Amino acid sequence: MERRFASIWFRHLSTDRMAIRQPELREVPFVMATPVHGRMVVSAANILAESQGVSAGMVVADAKAFLPGLEVIDDQPAWTGKLLRSLGLWCIRYTPVVAVDPPDGLLLDISGCAHLWKGERAYLTDIVSRLRNRGYDVRMAIAPTVGTAWAVARFGKKGPIVEGGGEREALMHLPPSALRLESTVQERMHKLGMRTVGSFMGMPRAALRRRFGDQLLLRLRQALGQEDEYLLPLKPVPPYTERLPSLEPIRTAPGIEIALRQLLETLCERLSGEGKGLRTAILKCCRIDGRMVQIDIGTSRATASVSHIFNLFALKISQIEPALGIELFILEAPRIEDIDPVQEALWETAPGLSSPELAELLDRLTGKGTGCTVHRYLPDAHHWPERSIRPAVSLSEKPPIPWTDDRPRPTRLLASPEPIDVTAPIPDYPPMLFRYRGEVHSIKKAEGPERIEREWWMDRGEHRDYYYVEDQKGQRYWIFRSGHYGDDRTRQWFLHGFFA
Amino acid sequence: MAVDSKRELIDKLRQDILRMQGFAPPESRAAGGIGLGPVENAFPNGIFPRGTVHEFISTSREQGAATCGFIEGLLSRLMDGGGVCLWIGTSTILFPPAAKSFGVEPDRIVFVTMRREREVLWATEEALKCRGLAAVVSELQEMDFAQSRRLQLAVEKSKVTGLVIRHNPRRIGSTACAARWQIRPLPSALEEGLPGVGSPQWEVELLKVRNGHTGSWQVGWSEDGFVPMAKPTLVGTQDKKWIKTG
Repeated sequence: MERRFASIWFRHLSTDRMAIRQPELREVPFVMATPVHGRMVVSAANILAESQGVSAGMVVADAKAFLPGLEVIDDQPAWTGKLLRSLGLWCIRYTPVVAVDPPDGLLLDISGCAHLWKGERAYLTDIVSRLRNRGYDVRMAIAPTVGTAWAVARFGKKGPIVEGGGEREALMHLPPSALRLESTVQERMHKLGMRTVGSFMGMPRAALRRRFGDQLLLRLRQALGQEDEYLLPLKPVPPYTERLPSLEPIRTAPGIEIALRQLLETLCERLSGEGKGLRTAILKCCRIDGRMVQIDIGTSRATASVSHIFNLFALKISQIEPALGIELFILEAPRIEDIDPVQEALWETAPGLSSPELAELLDRLTGKGTGCTVHRYLPDAHHWPERSIRPAVSLSEKPPIPWTDDRPRPTRLLASPEPIDVTAPIPDYPPMLFRYRGEVHSIKKAEGPERIEREWWMDRGEHRDYYYVEDQKGQRYWIFRSGHYGDDRTRQWFLHGFFA
Repeated sequence: MAVDSKRELIDKLRQDILRMQGFAPPESRAAGGIGLGPVENAFPNGIFPRGTVHEFISTSREQGAATCGFIEGLLSRLMDGGGVCLWIGTSTILFPPAAKSFGVEPDRIVFVTMRREREVLWATEEALKCRGLAAVVSELQEMDFAQSRRLQLAVEKSKVTGLVIRHNPRRIGSTACAARWQIRPLPSALEEGLPGVGSPQWEVELLKVRNGHTGSWQVGWSEDGFVPMAKPTLVGTQDKKWIKTG
């Protein structure tokens, strides 16, 4: 298929935006200004100001000297980027591949799209008139290459549509800056008297490269279609997508299930054929009222099993509101990973953490979307009890250091230590009794102290002296004193855990 | 003669029923032990029943910790050979490194935290249906007969052992669980004159056993496993009677 590209140029993007927000600005000349080296410099001017000689790069004070009624508004460059992005997203109605072309343009890959608008002329008119109606001053061109479309949109005088093979003709009379060149190269060309692209298009390439560098040749070749140029789409199209239109609008859960199963079967067949499995999947349902509802699932391990993915979706089918009916189902798999076939054979023999049943169970539990969290803990190289464990990233992660049991550790650890009142001899003996939640425990046996220092590079505070104690009933606790005794300070004791 | 054959027949039928309920037949007695010694004699055929649901009652935080320790001891046997355990609750306050001292690799325990207790029950049931697990521990407060029956039906198919810890239950009604336990901490075992705290000791009480008998025992823990005290302090009926509970 013949490649066709469109370039849209917003001639006064930031001033148009201000004028749309504040319609009273349409009637007056105004400029956007940014501070540069302590002076306010014009960064954009509207048409009225431009027609009276104000241009970007001019100092605001100079402009005000010959145009006293000039309005000056502070420019916020971040807005323009956001605006361009949202305009790009709006353009997705014309083609799925839209790229932002900073600072003030959009690039569209329209190959195979224009016939839906009955030809390129109507397509172009539709986009331009819609944007002009919204208040943007735009120019647009369609050409077989990105470079030519860009050049014609900005500098073209003959017509906005360049037919295939007409790139050379179209570029011939345009100035060198139409080739998206660096300013130094442009200045040098201007100095050498090369006022049009045609004046150097026929020169030997070696001579051009020696004088102007590789960039000029690359841009020239790209504009003439001798070298490929790629766009970075705003919304990447997921490569694993299945669509299922329905003749009659679907309104029932069994209907959705049938559609889902059909989509999954084609997608999973394709995935397993390529040795891949999906980690996330999205089911989008386009309703006949124009709205779209979607449900998504995630798996803890790449899978291409229809029944498993179906079961995960089945938990969420009730969340779909079909309203008047669903006319199109789209199943997307944005995250794809390779399935290791060797490992799959191992799973069948060894139950345990790598068992597929466990992975499927955990997917089911987390997939219900009720705030379920799954953790597995691994030892971490810290002595501080709260930091001695860390959550594992995946089910297959192995402990990096061995678990230790040389020190007593409680079965239940309180999330934050609770203060207790103690009677303890000083300086370094375990308490004789302590009071916790109104109950007095007299200590019969004790072990300790085990001093655990704070990690000063992570947080500040006192160290802890831990004691493993047992009271008169045989109940075992982990208590600690925060810091040293000293001077006239009394030290707080805390209860931090319960032993079995 | 006729009486003898009738008794044999009844015994055989009883064994069949027990097998259907998840209790192991007497032949597997040597293989299926869990190291609890005299405590296991309270169960039918003298074997700790795997593939059933056990209920643990705890009425204080200290008892809760003791119950967790005892369960970790059980898990060390249940998870032999690389099994995985799921620990389901509304909050995680179990401190994994302690499991190591009870012979369980803490990274083989997968913790699942749910927001509400009803979801914990749902997750427990789903987990008990999964054949790839060695055991499922869930921490709850309330569980009625119908809910326990659902769990029991799930394990009868998958043969996973379910351990339900009930903290401070408001109402202890009858449940379909194979046994109801209560674990209380006892002063630790320490040789006379040695300083420090010794290895943990518990008073293990079986409040209810389906088709078995109740009782109370003193059990300790050493590095090799459970150390049942020689002198059992039996509370329940000594002779083997078939009591219908639950």
